[in-house]
Amino acid sequence: MRLSLLHRIDLWARNLVPFALAALLVVLSLAPLRLSGFGAIAPWLPLVAVFFWSAHRPDLLPVWAVFLLGLFCDLATGGPLGVSSMTLMLAQLAVRSQRRHILPHPFIVQWVIFALFAVLAELVLVALNVLIATDFIDARPALFQALSTIAAYPLFAWLFGQAQRTLLRAH
Amino acid sequence: MAKRPGTVMRLATPLKAWVQRFLFLLLAMAAFALMLLGKADIALIDRARTAVQDGLTPLLDGLSKPIATVNGLIDYASELANLQAQNEALRQSNEQLLAWEATAREVMAENARLRGLLNFVPDPAVTYLSARVIGDQGGAFVRSILVAAGTAEGVRRGQAAMTGEGLVGRVVSVGQRSSRVLLLTDINSRVPVLVGEARHRAMLVGDNSALPDLLYLADDAQLAVGDTVVTSGNGGVFPPGLPIGRVASVEDGIAEVSPFVDWAHLEAIRLLDYALPGLIEADGEATGGAQRP
Repeated sequence: MRLSLLHRIDLWARNLVPFALAALLVVLSLAPLRLSGFGAIAPWLPLVAVFFWSAHRPDLLPVWAVFLLGLFCDLATGGPLGVSSMTLMLAQLAVRSQRRHILPHPFIVQWVIFALFAVLAELVLVALNVLIATDFIDARPALFQALSTIAAYPLFAWLFGQAQRTLLRAH
Repeated sequence: MAKRPGTVMRLATPLKAWVQRFLFLLLAMAAFALMLLGKADIALIDRARTAVQDGLTPLLDGLSKPIATVNGLIDYASELANLQAQNEALRQSNEQLLAWEATAREVMAENARLRGLLNFVPDPAVTYLSARVIGDQGGAFVRSILVAAGTAEGVRRGQAAMTGEGLVGRVVSVGQRSSRVLLLTDINSRVPVLVGEARHRAMLVGDNSALPDLLYLADDAQLAVGDTVVTSGNGGVFPPGLPIGRVASVEDGIAEVSPFVDWAHLEAIRLLDYALPGLIEADGEATGGAQRP
């Protein structure tokens, strides 16, 4: 199959949508809302993105894109480098291997599965942060972050679903 | 090739899977390497951080303005609601403050006279630079904020960041147009402090909770809830005497400090320019002073 240059660029731009959308959400979640303590428990949106795309369109979010997304996340938030990359890549690996058991289910069940992934991902985050800080850290914000991420899932899964339907219909 | 897709596919699929697995391992190792390297102070990593920071600044700056407007409106509305009670509280606090002002003036005059008598070496003058907060804390594991001022405005690493209420933290990375301030509450924050009227030396150590701990207190130090905590100026990074907070609780020898800063209303902060001449001498003096009689 031969593609014209314009078509190729168009396809390439469309393939970039999942990554660009996830990176944009990282930036937006940094906006200073000035709600006391909200920053610490704000949903970890990259996980929603990685879960959604790895389940629905794994071809559009390759492993190196997940690595870059995590790196961008760490650089933008000022956190320890490599932690987000590692956690997101592990999440992607798990979702990809369980894809067949996730996709056929209705939305509510997918949400429950996501909740499980979110709790596991926060545990990995806490473990890696404890390793790096070589000190115990307060795990409560991580628990609340897991809960807020689970609560944010329907909205952002819907948003990604819309993006998939409108922008990526060509495939 | 296109004529025999079967053969190509049969070869390409396992190859692709193998490449994927190899790539995953490679990237996982890269992530681990970053975790190890990130602890060391590496120029390249610092540059990457500041580059991302600077890249985000215009976007976050644009976002922070409408948010500040909305927040301002909400604050205005809530203040209108309890205007009378607030007025009464302010009147009372004003009376108290006037009394304190008189005392402060007396003490200042006396202080100046005594310093004159002792030929006291004055502290270098502190100059301020105000910057807007454009980036909130990102996530459950870091306590830091972004401000819209960088090397172009003369910001340097290590500067103290304050609001009118008290110390916020310290500048940890500086880009062209933006800087990151590590808050007092972050797990990596260490601030040498003096506690209470007895001026016990301690280290204020963050643990990612709202109340940082006081560590390395002398065994005989007697702390009480409500004691004020100020910077000691040890190490010459911060000027001495910056207000930080009050001791919130003392349990089993661990004291927690409640900072004065209102974290929910960090809109603009002041970065202190404090150049201490002869840092080594100051250090020597500090260790000498630490010896207790």
